[in-house]
Amino acid sequence: MNVKSDLSSTSTIRSGGEGGCLRAAYQLLSPFIGLLVVIVIFSILAPESFLSVRNMEKVAVQTVVVGLGAIGMTFVIISGGIDLSVGSVIALACTVTGWSLDKGASTPVALLCGAGSGVLCGLVNGLAVTLLRIAPFIVTLGMLGIARGLAKGISGQQPIRVDPEASSWFSSDWLLDRDWFLTAPATWFMIGAALFCGFVLRNTAFGIYTFAIGSNEQTARLCGVPVRTMKVLIYVTCGLFAGLAGVALFGRLGIGDPTAAAGMELEIIAAVVIGGASLTGGKGRILGTIIGVFMLTLLVTGCNLYGAANYVQEILIGLIIVIAVSIDSLRHRRTSD
Amino acid sequence: MTGVMKRFGGVVALDGVDIEIRAGEVHALIGENGAGKSTLMKVLSGAHAPDAGSMQLDGSIYAPSGPNDARRRGVAMIYQELTLAPDLTVEQNIMLGREKRMGGRFGLVRASRTRETVRDALARLGRPDITPGTLVGTLSAGERQLVEIARALVENARVVVLDEPTSSIGRQEIARLFEVVRRLRSRNVAVVYISHFLEEIRELGDRFTVLRDGRSVGTGSVSETSNGQLVEMMLGRRVEQLYPNSERSTGEPVLEIKDVAGSPMPQRASITLNAGEILGIGGLVGSGRSELLRSIFGLQKVRSGQVRLATIAGGSLVDITGSSPRANLRSGTGFLSEDRKNEGLALRLPIAINATLTRLAEPTGAGRFGLVRRSALARHADALRRSLGIQSSGPWQTTSELSGGNQQKVALARLMHHDCDVLLLDEPTRGVDVGSKAQIYRLLDELASRGTAIIAVCSYVPELLGISDRVAVMHRGVLGTPRRAEDWTEREILEEALVGGSTEAVA
Repeated sequence: MNVKSDLSSTSTIRSGGEGGCLRAAYQLLSPFIGLLVVIVIFSILAPESFLSVRNMEKVAVQTVVVGLGAIGMTFVIISGGIDLSVGSVIALACTVTGWSLDKGASTPVALLCGAGSGVLCGLVNGLAVTLLRIAPFIVTLGMLGIARGLAKGISGQQPIRVDPEASSWFSSDWLLDRDWFLTAPATWFMIGAALFCGFVLRNTAFGIYTFAIGSNEQTARLCGVPVRTMKVLIYVTCGLFAGLAGVALFGRLGIGDPTAAAGMELEIIAAVVIGGASLTGGKGRILGTIIGVFMLTLLVTGCNLYGAANYVQEILIGLIIVIAVSIDSLRHRRTSD
Repeated sequence: MTGVMKRFGGVVALDGVDIEIRAGEVHALIGENGAGKSTLMKVLSGAHAPDAGSMQLDGSIYAPSGPNDARRRGVAMIYQELTLAPDLTVEQNIMLGREKRMGGRFGLVRASRTRETVRDALARLGRPDITPGTLVGTLSAGERQLVEIARALVENARVVVLDEPTSSIGRQEIARLFEVVRRLRSRNVAVVYISHFLEEIRELGDRFTVLRDGRSVGTGSVSETSNGQLVEMMLGRRVEQLYPNSERSTGEPVLEIKDVAGSPMPQRASITLNAGEILGIGGLVGSGRSELLRSIFGLQKVRSGQVRLATIAGGSLVDITGSSPRANLRSGTGFLSEDRKNEGLALRLPIAINATLTRLAEPTGAGRFGLVRRSALARHADALRRSLGIQSSGPWQTTSELSGGNQQKVALARLMHHDCDVLLLDEPTRGVDVGSKAQIYRLLDELASRGTAIIAVCSYVPELLGISDRVAVMHRGVLGTPRRAEDWTEREILEEALVGGSTEAVA
């Protein structure tokens, strides 16, 4: 597109040009600040154990389930939606993986079943949001109950214990082996998925459409963004990652536990929000989300090492969420002035 | 009552402003976006303290310590974004913060007395139909504005500042607002009226002050100054021609609308649009003009009738009735929404994304797989920024940080980037200052000269006649016969908008 004429400007507005570079650096680094604060505090409180390699490896492995779930959730939250069902979907995927192994399925089939159950839940969520036009909060609140119920139904209300032989690929052997190249393969998978999704959000039409829908759905429609298809795909993505998280959870537990991951959706949403996403949509980043996940996990391990009671952890996590978001909104208010 | 005098100088955005506002006059404060109008009024209403200069109110030094102090001294500000609590009643809102003074002791509110005061204030404004017990949230934007003014009245305001009061309210409400302003004037209140709509100032203003780059550059009586002189003062240069109208030849028909009807609007509209022409649509707000454009673009269902479009340049017309915005963009039709804030732009996203959202990826190479090069987006956005004169700090600046005029240019930049053959523009210069308006007019003229077919909905009749090659008027959902712009007079357009055309619409 070329416009040849010289339409010179006449109006005079001053916009914050100077300090833009500093601001950019600040925005890039600010998510790390919170992470750093948590690390510093606990390395003072529990100096010998907290920073040990062993502990860091443990943290890295523990982040996998929440981390995978949070990657999917980031898409949903950026698009202005919410998915309250991920905790239940993770439990369902975990149960389905165990159940299919128990029924004699091979490792890849069980993996597909686990992840597939997540995709199906996401698909139903997405279709209900777009076709029935029900608010995502309500749809996924319904799915929270449905997926949990399905998991319990499949398992007959009992954790599914799988022959260790059949589940050897998932548990202990190497998937969660901390010594496999610095950390476990599952952690590497999560990091790879995060990098990939970060790229998708920044450098593909899919990613930019996600931001556009979250920022202003009307505008997206006007600009030819296939809003409905996109929304379905976004919830499917979230379901897929919840499914993968469920498979990883099965690996960690070694059983198909239908009662696992209760309330994990809130932890996941918290991680995404700590990472700088806005629940009103149009804002968020994968890097931030991953930092949020690490922050929460470090907090829990740190408290355990320090010997703090469970309730202290809960209070701390609650405080962190509120502080992280208020810092973010303060920062936002300042830059928009 | 003696005249009210104020003197300012030297706040960052204000570089020595002299202004004198007299009791019982409507004083129009005009200037482009960013000229310092809002800052000046913030100084007046006590939100900012001036760095230099002085103000006088009724002959004594006026230096408010804050907005509350200013209100006590009788200076009330009615902002663009209204500051009422939607869940309280009209009465509660008006009396908010004044309960104690009006009521008895011990913080008890004497209901009968406050109600009387409120009713009296509303009656004095000519709106006794608004009852004090109504919840503010259920009122229209114009009525809420009135409640704000009533609050100022209850506080015995001597100076009432209205900051672009017509930007958020409808046509009918504007007429009622004007009536209220006249009533204020007749009660010897000084009204400062900020607007960049010259037609409003002409209708309402007694005297004016023009601000430019933080200075007052002109003042005088509205009736003794022409629009051209006002525009010149605002821009600081001569405007050779506000509406450029290049000689151009009209091409083949590219869009044909036949008896299109939606529910409830439009009722019946037929038109043939040719390549390289601007077809203006006039009419009252609510006559179905926006709905017509939205029906063509697929944002609204077409109940009956047919829309046909030349989907390939120079090709024959194909039926596209009811196709989606996505499909229409693919075949080269672009749409500009009249509602920039809620629909037109994703304000929280950067300029580069807003300007390129319809066509993010190059259709060849990596773009086929949906990959987007951010550097390419920035390059496109930068080129558009330069050619349209969008004032911003860079392509990744958040769109909401721009002024209204620059935001509108971003919305137009998107259509340029998409390289549309047919443009459907709903109020292309809404909320835009005069300088930006002139640029937009030139842009449209240039696009049409290069063969783009444009339908533009315009409410302001001189603009409608100025930019269009042909003009048709809509009345109650029925589109009249288009005629060449030279064959219309402003009066005829208004007449047809108000009572409808005599002829049937056959384009």
